[in-house]
Amino acid sequence: MTAIDFQIILVGSLCAMACALPGTFLLLRRMSMMGDAISHAVLPGLAMAFLISGSRTSIWMFVGASVAGVLTALFSQWITRFGKVERGAAMGIVFTTLFAVGLVLIRRAADHVDLDAGCVLYGALELTPLDVVTLFETDRYHVEIPRAAIVAGATLLANVVFVGLFYKELTLASFDAGLADTQGFRPRLMHYLLMTMVAMTTVAAFEAVGSIIVIAMLIVPPATAFLLTRRLPVLIGLSLSIAFVSAVLGHGLSHLSTSIGLPESTSSGMMSTAAGLLFLVAWLCGPEGLLRRRSAVVEAPYPAP
Amino acid sequence: MTWELLRDTLLLEYHNTRLPVLGVTFLGTTAGLVGSFLLLRKQSLLGDALSHATLPGIGIAFAAMTSLGFSGRSLPGLLFGATVTGLLGILLVLAIRRTTRLKDDAAMGIILSVFFGMGVAILKMLEKTPGSSAAGLDSFIYGKTASMIWADFYLISGTLAVTVFLTVILLKELTLLCFDSNYASSQGWPVLRLDVVLMGLVTAVTVVGLQAVGLVLVIAFLITPPTAARFWTQRLGPMIFLSAFIGALSGWLGASISALDSNLPAGALIVITAAVVFLISMIFGSARGILPRYLQHLRLQRKVGRQHLLRASYEILEDTQDSVPIQNLPISIDRLRKHRYWAKGELSKLIRQARAEDHLERRPTGELHLSESGFGEASRLTRNHRLWELYLIRYADIAPSHVDRDADLVEHLLGAEAVRQLEAELNLSRPTIESPHRI
Repeated sequence: MTAIDFQIILVGSLCAMACALPGTFLLLRRMSMMGDAISHAVLPGLAMAFLISGSRTSIWMFVGASVAGVLTALFSQWITRFGKVERGAAMGIVFTTLFAVGLVLIRRAADHVDLDAGCVLYGALELTPLDVVTLFETDRYHVEIPRAAIVAGATLLANVVFVGLFYKELTLASFDAGLADTQGFRPRLMHYLLMTMVAMTTVAAFEAVGSIIVIAMLIVPPATAFLLTRRLPVLIGLSLSIAFVSAVLGHGLSHLSTSIGLPESTSSGMMSTAAGLLFLVAWLCGPEGLLRRRSAVVEAPYPAP
Repeated sequence: MTWELLRDTLLLEYHNTRLPVLGVTFLGTTAGLVGSFLLLRKQSLLGDALSHATLPGIGIAFAAMTSLGFSGRSLPGLLFGATVTGLLGILLVLAIRRTTRLKDDAAMGIILSVFFGMGVAILKMLEKTPGSSAAGLDSFIYGKTASMIWADFYLISGTLAVTVFLTVILLKELTLLCFDSNYASSQGWPVLRLDVVLMGLVTAVTVVGLQAVGLVLVIAFLITPPTAARFWTQRLGPMIFLSAFIGALSGWLGASISALDSNLPAGALIVITAAVVFLISMIFGSARGILPRYLQHLRLQRKVGRQHLLRASYEILEDTQDSVPIQNLPISIDRLRKHRYWAKGELSKLIRQARAEDHLERRPTGELHLSESGFGEASRLTRNHRLWELYLIRYADIAPSHVDRDADLVEHLLGAEAVRQLEAELNLSRPTIESPHRI
């Protein structure tokens, strides 16, 4: 393993874990598709930020995309509440519209600068080792890490702090919003805080790794962990570990393809594929998996309705 | 100049924009039809999962065709590959839903992201293969409306024909499936096979739409028109028609506007047009729109307020007089306010409203006096209220001390027919009825 491999894995796994954490709560709230919607809908935010500020400075992009992400959640909520439209359909309308607006804006902006939808989608994980920051330097050691790793690490840290601070509130709001409301825990505020967290994570992560990984890591590791446990702390721990393993495995797979004579692929695509493979394993061999069905008696989780 | 250009494009006058405009119009019609059933089946986002799941199929088909020595860009081959992985994706969503504790959204999200990731990985591999011409394959992600050729157009028209045919033949079955699939299966309808037909149609629309408007935006074609149509009608038949019409309209307008400027991507403009139609429908839609529902709410509120005011006046008149029949005498506003604990502003609003409707007059002394019509209406309302109270006491076992509130929930909606039935049921036909409880 070369230093470049290490750096790619570092960035990839930090992003994956940063996504898996809010993804766990999205899964519990049955809002997994929100991750997909938000990651598509940040496009106009990016384009607007660029058109207004005139530069590709990260901070403006970050603000613009976060706002667009939160607006997606807000608009879907409004359409569901005031228009009495089913949640999935409302989300579908909002994110496709925002994505379309983003495409038009980008086409407008494209005359001035290189900003295309592809870089949002694929990211540039392979290029992250080129943009490094030196941590410390002595005569014998020269330690440098990619700038993207710092962004991803900070996002992960912010998410861990957020979940740590509001663990009780998030849990209650996810499982029983009504009770949370009567106890004064403000479930709606929690909802929007969570959406903000998802939006910011999406934005921070896809700059480095592209939105493919973001969507996959928001959904697949928590879903895989969900098949393996019924306890929330274990669920969170497992989904973080699965995200980490997916990143490592995915990068390994992209190397494997070259060693068996296939052309090189992208690590980001392969990391989602790896997450999918892990899900498949859990689906087949997990404690309630398809292959165990006949050998073990599965007790019903809830009484039949 | 621009207006003439737009008009001519809309009227299909130009040779080079005629085909794309007509093509997406047909595509919008098809998607509107299929999407209606998808929306009512509460599976709108399945189109999302499906369209992402087509990407690896396109890549694999390209690789397979190239390695067999054919041109990798043959459209039927690519679309076949897209269909295969798209259907596989849907089957996996259904399987995950059936065999695990995971819910719909998670199942769709998993398939969507993993298949899309695989697709991107495969496309990138192909791009790096020396000598391959895979560079344009990601046009499937964003769509290329302007480059539509006759073969695409025939494909879209064929899909439209098949969709219309199946919708007409299977309308009853699909309706049953959408509204109550459990009932359908208990009646012996082949629910699974019907679902397969519906999913097959969705797959066809998605795959055909990939080339035209792209992978992300074809989702909007399936979701937005039916959701917009839903605001205008409560009946399935008109909704399907309207949805197909809105789909066609968005396709036609969007594609025409985008033809004006090469910098306007057609797929995006079609989606934005559909979104505008959706927004208008959500606000003004006659059946479920926000504004009509709000106005209806206001009307009901006015009616309830008027009825409360008149009944309160009548009850006060009864209370202050011993003789029967009671006389229509002036009432002080203070007395009225205490009777129902109205807030001052609320009461003066109700009084203004009642005066405008000629139910109430104001005396120079400041007191209120029911008009001829107001007095009649008040005695009728009070009588209805008590009829309903007596009915509830006798048949619903509600205590006389509590019956006032319960009666109030329903009495505003009592029609003449219901009142006659109450009278017959209770054997009461006296012009006045005394209250069953203290007022």
